[in-house]
Amino acid sequence: MFRQMRDAESAATLSFSFDGRPLIGRAGDTVAASLLANGVTICRETPVSGAPRAPYCLMGVCFECLVVIDGVGNRQGCMVPLRDGMTIETQHGRRQPEEMQG
Amino acid sequence: MKPLTDIGQLAEHYDLAVVGAGPAGLSAAARASEIGLSVLLVDENPAPGGQIYRSITTTPVTDRAVLGVDYWRGADIVARFERSATAYAARCTVWSIAPDAESDGASFEIGLSLDGRARLITAGQVVLATGAQERPFPIPGWTLPGVMTAGAAQIALKSSAIIPKGRTVIAGCGPLLYLLAGQLAAAGAEIVAVLDTTPRRNWPAALAALPDFLRSPYLAKGLKLMAKARRSLRFLGGVTSLAVEGSGQLSAIRFERGGASQSIACDTLLLHQGVIPSVNLSNAAGCAHDFDPVQHCWVPQIDDWFASSVPGIAIAGDGAGIGGAESAALRGEIAALDAARRLGRITIPERDNHAAPIRTALARTLRGRRFLDLLYKPAAQFLAPTVDETIICRCEEVTAGQVRDAAKRLGVTGPNQMKAFLRCGMGPCQGRLCGPTVVELIAETRGTTPAEVGYYRLRPPVKPVTLAELASLPQSEAAVKAVVR
Amino acid sequence: MSAERRSADVIVIGGGIHGCSTALHCALRGLSVILIEKDHAGRHASGVNAGGVRQLARHVAEIPLSNASMAIWHGIAELVDDDCGFTSDGQVLVAENEADLAGCRARVEDLNLRGFHHEEMIDARELREIVPAVSETCPGGVISRRDGAAIPLRATQAFKRKASERGATIREGVKVTKVERDGANWRVVTDAGDFLSPRIVNAAGAWADRIAADLGEPVPLEVIAPMLMITAPMPAFIKPVVILRGRKLSFKQFGNGTVLIGGGYLGRAIRDENRTILDWGKLATNAKTVWDLFPIMRGAPILRAWAGIEARMPDDLPCFGPSAKHEGVYHQFGFSAHGFQLGPGAGAVMAEIIATGHSNVPIDGLDIARFAASAPH
Repeated sequence: MFRQMRDAESAATLSFSFDGRPLIGRAGDTVAASLLANGVTICRETPVSGAPRAPYCLMGVCFECLVVIDGVGNRQGCMVPLRDGMTIETQHGRRQPEEMQG
Repeated sequence: MKPLTDIGQLAEHYDLAVVGAGPAGLSAAARASEIGLSVLLVDENPAPGGQIYRSITTTPVTDRAVLGVDYWRGADIVARFERSATAYAARCTVWSIAPDAESDGASFEIGLSLDGRARLITAGQVVLATGAQERPFPIPGWTLPGVMTAGAAQIALKSSAIIPKGRTVIAGCGPLLYLLAGQLAAAGAEIVAVLDTTPRRNWPAALAALPDFLRSPYLAKGLKLMAKARRSLRFLGGVTSLAVEGSGQLSAIRFERGGASQSIACDTLLLHQGVIPSVNLSNAAGCAHDFDPVQHCWVPQIDDWFASSVPGIAIAGDGAGIGGAESAALRGEIAALDAARRLGRITIPERDNHAAPIRTALARTLRGRRFLDLLYKPAAQFLAPTVDETIICRCEEVTAGQVRDAAKRLGVTGPNQMKAFLRCGMGPCQGRLCGPTVVELIAETRGTTPAEVGYYRLRPPVKPVTLAELASLPQSEAAVKAVVR
Repeated sequence: MSAERRSADVIVIGGGIHGCSTALHCALRGLSVILIEKDHAGRHASGVNAGGVRQLARHVAEIPLSNASMAIWHGIAELVDDDCGFTSDGQVLVAENEADLAGCRARVEDLNLRGFHHEEMIDARELREIVPAVSETCPGGVISRRDGAAIPLRATQAFKRKASERGATIREGVKVTKVERDGANWRVVTDAGDFLSPRIVNAAGAWADRIAADLGEPVPLEVIAPMLMITAPMPAFIKPVVILRGRKLSFKQFGNGTVLIGGGYLGRAIRDENRTILDWGKLATNAKTVWDLFPIMRGAPILRAWAGIEARMPDDLPCFGPSAKHEGVYHQFGFSAHGFQLGPGAGAVMAEIIATGHSNVPIDGLDIARFAASAPH
């Protein structure tokens, strides 16, 4: 879980949702950073055992921060900038067919 | 610099394609553009800087002391790049580089993706400046939420000005560990302990390299970092084992020190044991790699001009062996000069004259590196986890014990064969987080060396592309009748 | 067995599934065997193919060998102590239109007349039952119910391990440079010294033409690199392997959810460097076919694409059986990108021929002699 440090430059705020919960993010942040700043600790469950996972490297290497963004699964949260109105969801195990429509 | 925000804006061909916008890539692109080459710089991140100068043009951290003077040095490199004529595609992924069949190998075909759309373009020369990644740090429980890499915390700080909330423990070894501890403390994080795993027995070997280090630019910097971290933080050295505790979420870190086991409750654990070259793209592009026993990692084979074993592909910066940010920028310049020479845009004497002062500066920045490499070489138990239940492939959830068993019982001799038995390295990260560990475990079990065991043969796409993206590429063969009897 | 063994009853050149299977079956017949492989067992075509265990749509000349093999596949663990990841959910040939379907019908009728009944016609309804995700417009197809898939490298190495357990000497990382006559024996010259044997099996895959040329039996072998790609895990939506009649496609979802996409599109093979280069333009066609046929696959992430190095003969049939010129020389190569399923049975038949001089399994039409006239001398 992360928090904003003091004296950080202010930025425009963006509205988005995570698993249906309305949240506020900061313009310029990635999806993964926005989730961490909002106290989200789990972003996906593995396709092998269903174990919970969270962002690990934040630099596009580990693929732990995979989430469903606006219905499209397998997006690397740490590489995608947050946009206003984004619908973000936990990626549960294997992709569901309705989420696979690219 | 000309920003490209839509994949359709890319030209069909560039003289030079540079991959990665860290110090090496920025400097290579700027230098090549200054010479007059048409240059494309492709980078996955939204802004230039790579990891070391991450978000330098956009960071919300206002207090310059938090990130330190070395970070802000990157501003000059970015400014020079911005003045250049480079075409710059941010948020753009390179997923394949291969000799272009149509030009008979005279240029490269590069597969790219931006905003869910893919393209194939060509370039006469390629400079890979893909930098480094953190060395995997497989300990029991490292997949639990709450555990991250130290680099991740640093990226969060630089790009978003966010810091871990609650009790934070930093564990591992290497210069970046102390730097991060200092940065996070300055930013207001609650660091309850720094667990140092630097093996004490590394000192004799490292001392042999000390004279060079004493004349190196690292010294003053390093001592200052270390002193600051030690002064202000609870610093526990000689840590010989680490295990994450918690169910479904990190709750504490258990460690051994001087034979005694202790546990510290924490909300965030940051792991780090050095950085290694990111070899996925160079490996998939067919460049030969060797195991560097000093840096203890796979590095591409390069010559004095950072040319790889594939003519036309050069590898600059930490991706060609860890040398740090300052040397990366210089190596980028040298690689750009040679690319211009290969394209016939400058002569060999011109190239050599331009390169001479850069080489002098490069030698200075690399002085003392060996001392750091030897001192901070991770202990064997953190390279090849001793606890068999430790997950070593995070994607496919393969354990150290499974790898040992396959190496022993099934006689699996290399990581490529291991894939077929255990699926390690076959998930979306393409072996980035398990490759070094799998190699280490096979070498240990079979009583041989990582160099003998070899590394994964990596396959494109180096980053996943969707079927829809691929289906939208121009097709070189119309639907051909299948051979059916 | 001693790694220093230099002579044996049989030397097998090539550690693909064919070489390993022949080595095992020779060992099971009590022959001493040395297998020589330049890389490691299954490094090339046998280790990186699509893993299809298919009788469907085979050339009639191969069907007897394929039948022999299928019997072994269905009890594979009993032979090699490893199930090789073999699953049998059938393979389906999908007709995309009425013309395709008419072709299917003619083929199945022809097979029936020849006494083969493993291929059966299915109508649109049954097709949809077996492959619910297939596009609505497909009118039917053909099924081979005992077909399936296995894990190629694991299967090849299982044969190698079992051969070794039964006394065969396996020499990996040893490269054959020359084969020559030495009295009653064949001398196999390698970068690790010479080996002697009265009988040699040329199972060198994409490199077999060099061995054959050394023996004075040149063949018009083409080195090819069929490309494959695999996706991230998807929800289970298809059990059998699917191939198309009209367009090039083979499609298989594994138990872990990943989907393997192939179809025989060729990349470039650089066999002297053990290297292949992919052709993304052709993979785009391959992807477009899947996009058309399985709409739910459109957002699937492609994780890896690759190509193996294989040997293809002009008639797409292997060279299998005794040499046309020499006593004690046997050929087993050129399986033209569909040899994986044949490996277990072909090894058994080859061992039988070597040990007894004949086999009841007909191999007519696969003789290397068919190229004697056409090949350059």
